[in-house]
Amino acid sequence: MAKLTIEDLKRIKEQTAKSTSLRDGDANVKITVHMGTCGIAAGARAVMNALMEEMAAADRQDIRVVTSGCMGMCSSEPNVTVEIQNGEPIVYQHMDSNRMRQVFKRHALLGEVQTDFALAKM
Amino acid sequence: MRELSLHILDIAENGITAGADCIHILVEEARTTDLLTIKITDNGQGMPAEKLKKLTDPFVTSRTTRRVGLGLSLVAAASERCEGRLTVKTGPGAGTEVVATFRYSHIDRAPVGDMAATITTLIMGNPQIDFVYTHIINGEEFTLDTRELKAEMGDLSLTNPVVIHHLAASIRNSLGQLTAKSGP
Repeated sequence: MAKLTIEDLKRIKEQTAKSTSLRDGDANVKITVHMGTCGIAAGARAVMNALMEEMAAADRQDIRVVTSGCMGMCSSEPNVTVEIQNGEPIVYQHMDSNRMRQVFKRHALLGEVQTDFALAKM
Repeated sequence: MRELSLHILDIAENGITAGADCIHILVEEARTTDLLTIKITDNGQGMPAEKLKKLTDPFVTSRTTRRVGLGLSLVAAASERCEGRLTVKTGPGAGTEVVATFRYSHIDRAPVGDMAATITTLIMGNPQIDFVYTHIINGEEFTLDTRELKAEMGDLSLTNPVVIHHLAASIRNSLGQLTAKSGP
């Protein structure tokens, strides 16, 4: 039976230890990818995967990524909500990998709201 | 949905919404007997029998954000058009088991798709939930259990983006080996 081997895990652990600061600090930024049936059908998984790549590249321990269900705005899916501590949550609409990368780099990392893609303030 | 792995992501998210803390995902490609089986089991709150009857009716949903529920209806349609069927076992407090079957070689069967993306998306978005993912191709089996991974990784979180990145690569690699081992 094939399994994720201990060697695999050790390798992952080593590589991770090398490239990141280990401790999970408090989250200052929360990014929510909405993963209802509507979101998934519209491409939310690709958005999530782009986000995970950007997260790996940025190495910021204070950004938390979560998924949630549909929020009732199915026609504007994939939706992503970015919330910076003490700021207003911004919902982005019609996201794709490239938009996600831009929102991550500009909004999550630098705090510049990308109004072109925004659906609403919550 | 373009890939069956997207249906899997969707049904697994249902289980999470139902309050599950452990979700089993099984994909079995029995190419020799021309059968594809997908089974998703959660230990969430389950559903009363009344609701089970109307499960694949798109106009029945427990959500409050909109009035249609499409997830299971879409899986049922996908499997029935491939000479398969959807079966759901559930009861209040007993969790839910969703099984969808497909004729493997059916022309309308969507590809299984990127399971590594589905599994890592689930792990990343739901750090508090455990996942047991089993993929069998012609009897060759691959298993990933986040409870074991968490124990093995110690204080390193599974949601660490670099860990997730390597995890995805490992899953893709293992599934590739499985396919190679199981023959044409």
